[in-house]
Amino acid sequence: MDVRELTRELLAEHDPAGTDRLDFLRARFDAGLAWVHFPPGLGGLGAPRSEQAVVDAELAAAGAPDNDPRRIGIGLGMAAPTILRYGTEEQKQRFLRPLWTGEEVWCQLFSEPGAGSDLAALGTRAVRDGDHWVVDGQKVWTSIAHAARWAILLARTDPDLPKHRGISYFVCDMTDPGVEVRPLRQLTGEAEFNEVFLTGVRIPDAHRIGAVGEGWQVAQTTLNNERVAIGGQAIPREGGLIGVVADTWRARPELRSHELHQRLLKGWLDAEVIRLTGERLRQQLTSGQPGPEGAAMKLAFARLAQELSGLEVELLGEQGLGYDDWTMTRPEVVDFTGREAGYRYLRAKGNSIEGGSSEILRNVIAERVLGLPAEPRTDKDLPWKDLPR
Amino acid sequence: MSDLLYSEIEEELRSSVRALLTDHCPPSAILARCEGPEPYDLPLWRSLATGLGVAGLQVPESLGGAGASLREVAVVLEELGRSVAPVPYFGSSVLGLTALLACEDRELLPGVASGALTATLAVPFSTAPDAALPSVSVGPSGTLTGRITSVADALPADVLLVPADGGLYAVETATVTRRTSLDLTRQLADVTLDGTPARQLASHDGPVRQALLTGAGLLASEQLGLAEWCLSTTVGYLKERRQFGRQVGSFQALKHRLADLWLETVGGRAVARYAADALATDSPDTAIAVAVAQAHCGALAVRAAEECIQLHGGIGMTWEHPAHLYLKRAKADQLALGTPGHHRNTLADLADLPVPSP
Repeated sequence: MDVRELTRELLAEHDPAGTDRLDFLRARFDAGLAWVHFPPGLGGLGAPRSEQAVVDAELAAAGAPDNDPRRIGIGLGMAAPTILRYGTEEQKQRFLRPLWTGEEVWCQLFSEPGAGSDLAALGTRAVRDGDHWVVDGQKVWTSIAHAARWAILLARTDPDLPKHRGISYFVCDMTDPGVEVRPLRQLTGEAEFNEVFLTGVRIPDAHRIGAVGEGWQVAQTTLNNERVAIGGQAIPREGGLIGVVADTWRARPELRSHELHQRLLKGWLDAEVIRLTGERLRQQLTSGQPGPEGAAMKLAFARLAQELSGLEVELLGEQGLGYDDWTMTRPEVVDFTGREAGYRYLRAKGNSIEGGSSEILRNVIAERVLGLPAEPRTDKDLPWKDLPR
Repeated sequence: MSDLLYSEIEEELRSSVRALLTDHCPPSAILARCEGPEPYDLPLWRSLATGLGVAGLQVPESLGGAGASLREVAVVLEELGRSVAPVPYFGSSVLGLTALLACEDRELLPGVASGALTATLAVPFSTAPDAALPSVSVGPSGTLTGRITSVADALPADVLLVPADGGLYAVETATVTRRTSLDLTRQLADVTLDGTPARQLASHDGPVRQALLTGAGLLASEQLGLAEWCLSTTVGYLKERRQFGRQVGSFQALKHRLADLWLETVGGRAVARYAADALATDSPDTAIAVAVAQAHCGALAVRAAEECIQLHGGIGMTWEHPAHLYLKRAKADQLALGTPGHHRNTLADLADLPVPSP
């Protein structure tokens, strides 16, 4: 049966108008229509990624509820593909369904105060204790940690090995008493991200993803997917920020100037180039995992978002001098096109930092796509505990 | 959504074109030829056109062509851009055949589609798809009089397709004078008509406009191929060249420049494929697809060639190194069939982003 028929069957059996939202999402997952490229039994059909669009269009036309991806972007974009690739059967069965339906929100405990771009230098320790690991350390820039049930966590399990080789990858229970989440206020006024202090957190060995010491390799899957998730989604023409700016241009002729017009046309062109680049990448990727090329989408998206959000503030003239609200809040969704122009301008500054700074992504492209040599380094082969700090 | 990838057949076509060009068109041969009396490589053109049979790829078999589409033409253009081969493919097989296919008069079509005849469209190469055409007058006996400057691929053409008085005419006996051209590998010529005999092919400007639009869209594929040569050649050089005791390509300042160029090239591939597919399938989105492709790829090729020169250092500044052939082609292509700025401004209408009122 093709995906369209399966989708209609789902709708026939679970009329969105008369079905509880969560019940509908669970039924959709169980029908294999959550992410069709995932395997059967895990929300998918083992079908090409491209067929997801058929499902989504049918469901949208029927007014079916979605899983509000803005709330669960880290789970969908990063944790899920990693669990799918490296998780045990038990982990896949336990985590993927509530992750997809949004019943359980995920966050990412990767960066630390001393390990940002140099993520492999991380110092959070996980020490084996029987069939558990005991974790101590500090993580930072953790978006949505305050709403999260689970976290993907990188911790050092062997400080005697060089830094890339002594790391393991875990699922951390955010309700563990040793987890403390403190808001970290951003330049936008809100606190989307947090500091997370881990003190004697006990993680069952059954929640380790991938082999002990292979966390760095597992993390590459997360990071490659993160970069595709930020900026790689299928969008229609004028989807995203360019649509917001173009609509303002059309609606308010009194704001127009020739200089802004030229920048708007360049922005419209660049948005279209990026949209088609993403489309071509998805066609190449019909199934399987994104490679380092995914970095391209994130890099291009960040540049465009910053350009357009800056343009929008200027276009608004006097109105651009205002700001909607500086009140400190802890949002539970991440929405780059939400709120007003001033917020979008400020939030876009994060696009070239989060998920690998644009500078690091250029290194990734240069070394892993173009094959250029790495910078000479002194830290690669030393045991982590002997690194200069 | 259009297919933005390459089919197996398209990849096979690419391999055979590339093999021919690698064997017969090394940069040293192009350099030796470009200042001589015969700047076009006509034996190579015959091998491509009739040997490989790419002259009329998009022409139906019933009209003497190969029965493929403009998607395959775009693949050939990528390879010709990569090699800056001095052959009149763009003038004859892109501009010429597009115009001829849009005319009801089919007499010239089989000859040009088979490569037996070489044609080109007699307009200044800088003419944008919506720009004014040169003024050529039609005499009482159907002869043409006028002067058309900077025509691409006119030197080796057997027949010129001349827009005149709102229609299109075939001319075989015009005076064609070589210009000293910025682009050494696609030399321009001036065409003088002085009561020259001509045969009317169309009485409206549809074929000319279609040829210019198709040309602008497919030129993006040539620009893409050119940019890819510049990028891969530069990457290769930076892996070999050593200074300060290390490979120059290990310096982050240079790596970041190449990563940015790669990013633009990846975008160029997406938009060039989108334009080729739109033209091949007569998509309602063709006008936007062409404007986007030419606005992006026109700038991409120039940037790639300029980076290639800079990152090669002194050797990139020499006549001996082929980088300058690519820079000259890229800069000329940027002006050809409308500048990137012209195509961006076209988007103002197409995307409903109105120009500010005065």
